[in-house]
Amino acid sequence: MGYPHPPHPKETPVLSRHFGDADARGYDGWVRRGGYAALEKALGMPREQVVEEVKASGLRGRGGAGFPAGVKWSFMPKQRTKPHYLCCNADESEPGTFKDREIMRWTPHQLIEGCAIAAYAIQAEQTFIYIRGEFTECIAVMQRALDEAYAKGVLGANAMGKGARIDVMIHRGAGAYICGEETALMNSIEGKRGNPRIRPPFPAAVGVFGCPTTINNVETLSSVPHIIEKGGAWYKGLCLSNPKSTGTKLFSICGTVAKPGNYEVTMGFPLKELLFDLAGGMRPGRTLKAVIPGGSSVPILTAAEAEDTVLDYEGCVAKGTMLGSGGMIVLDDSVDMVYQVMRLARFYAHESCAQCTQCREGTAWTVKILQRLLGGQGEAADLDLLLDLSEQMTGRTICVLSDSCAAPVVSAIRKFRPEFEAYLGSGKRKARA
Amino acid sequence: MSETPAAPHAEAPGGGAGLPRVFVGEGRAKLDAVVARYPAKAGALLPALWMVQEAHGWISPAGMAEVAEVLDLTPAYVRGVVTFYTMYHQHPVGKYFVQVCTTTPCNVCGAEGVVQAFLKATGAKAPGETSPDGQWTVVEVECLGACGFATPVMINNDFIEGVSAESVPALVARYR
Repeated sequence: MGYPHPPHPKETPVLSRHFGDADARGYDGWVRRGGYAALEKALGMPREQVVEEVKASGLRGRGGAGFPAGVKWSFMPKQRTKPHYLCCNADESEPGTFKDREIMRWTPHQLIEGCAIAAYAIQAEQTFIYIRGEFTECIAVMQRALDEAYAKGVLGANAMGKGARIDVMIHRGAGAYICGEETALMNSIEGKRGNPRIRPPFPAAVGVFGCPTTINNVETLSSVPHIIEKGGAWYKGLCLSNPKSTGTKLFSICGTVAKPGNYEVTMGFPLKELLFDLAGGMRPGRTLKAVIPGGSSVPILTAAEAEDTVLDYEGCVAKGTMLGSGGMIVLDDSVDMVYQVMRLARFYAHESCAQCTQCREGTAWTVKILQRLLGGQGEAADLDLLLDLSEQMTGRTICVLSDSCAAPVVSAIRKFRPEFEAYLGSGKRKARA
Repeated sequence: MSETPAAPHAEAPGGGAGLPRVFVGEGRAKLDAVVARYPAKAGALLPALWMVQEAHGWISPAGMAEVAEVLDLTPAYVRGVVTFYTMYHQHPVGKYFVQVCTTTPCNVCGAEGVVQAFLKATGAKAPGETSPDGQWTVVEVECLGACGFATPVMINNDFIEGVSAESVPALVARYR
């Protein structure tokens, strides 16, 4: 197992405070560090007050969509006429993103505590932690932690001795990026193919097994104990720029960067500082070419655009991209943009569930056209064809996988067009750098 | 325990008809415990398929038929689910199944060189093929979710971080 870096002075370690500390992984170690105090506190509060506290914190979904977590919880029916369910999305598969994995492998009880508080708040009778099938270590660590939590009475019929029944279990995925989409994830738990569902109905009305369901990302749920412990106002105060983006965020930095890893900073942190001060900047002799700031599904930023980008939901939108999952892919001047965009398109083509024509055909043809271009057989009209195709793939399908393929393609062609044109009419495969 | 129902392909060569049943005795008890945790029996489908793959190394048509029988589903439905998820093997694979991430973040860190090094070290001819000694299958996969530890590789259930083309021969030797 790789060990994380010691925190940089500019980091604000809340979620990552105990990363690398093996003693924090067990129940006793977790309790010694103040663990499960927040759950005990929450179980002594009216459910509505727990929801209100999370609303007040301004916490927004960390899986990529950025929807306010407390508001999402408040959509659940107040009177339980059917079972309620909580799903924790641990199907972390967005290229560039590897933060949930670190939360689970280092601080499994942090996630269990967050799940338990959320389950109490929305009256869930079962919580499914949906972990992608490849995360064998996370599954083992989480299962051990769950067994401990049951043995210690944190979970079960009388959670923390406070009378409420709270159950949490793991559901292992089996290799499908699309199952990170909330309705596909629910289908997968039900034992179906992971095809996204048409909304409405939304999960709070008809979710997993046809019952009201809330689904939150690992990082979102892991933030909840801290909010309950220190208060929504404290969390809201963690903000360097726009008051609509609060708290801390784990950024996964990868690609051609000197010190890849997870860095936790306060919302509104400057991208440039994160990349160059914390992550060590480029490798020797290299310069920054582009950054994909929020996982591979968001538009690419050029080095110039990255220069003054502020890392929060609004700051990224202002630059024409999205904060997404916070999976930051760094590309230096050695990177062949055309080839890497083809690789990203290939990812989406492979992961398309093939329900919607625009996505099934669009992702596959995007790859074919890019491969033709790379093979020296491209035509001048191909770039506009790709842009046109991408437009047909945006906003027309059941889920946003199709849009996610289009975003990097469109932004790369717009911002790095000469690189694409250099492949035109070359007649033979150009030697790649 | 009733007989495995006649299922399409199960009796054909490679259909897995000769493989032992998974959900008998202890296996059945384990499945029943899993089923009890879901509000509907079909919820246990993915876990049941994992159990078959752990027992046989892959999921044969006969294995799908057994799962269908114990969960009150049809073999065709089970097959539809198996084919959706890339981690379920629909054919036997090598003793060591190697998955190398080659998506963009790892790709720019040399992941394709790691694939080539695995092919060379194991004798497998191409991604997806099994080495002549039947020991190794090497596949390129999309994002393994460990992009900051490029290149991540899975060998069966072991998740290995930071693999480079240079470190592959020693890694392969550890499994031999």
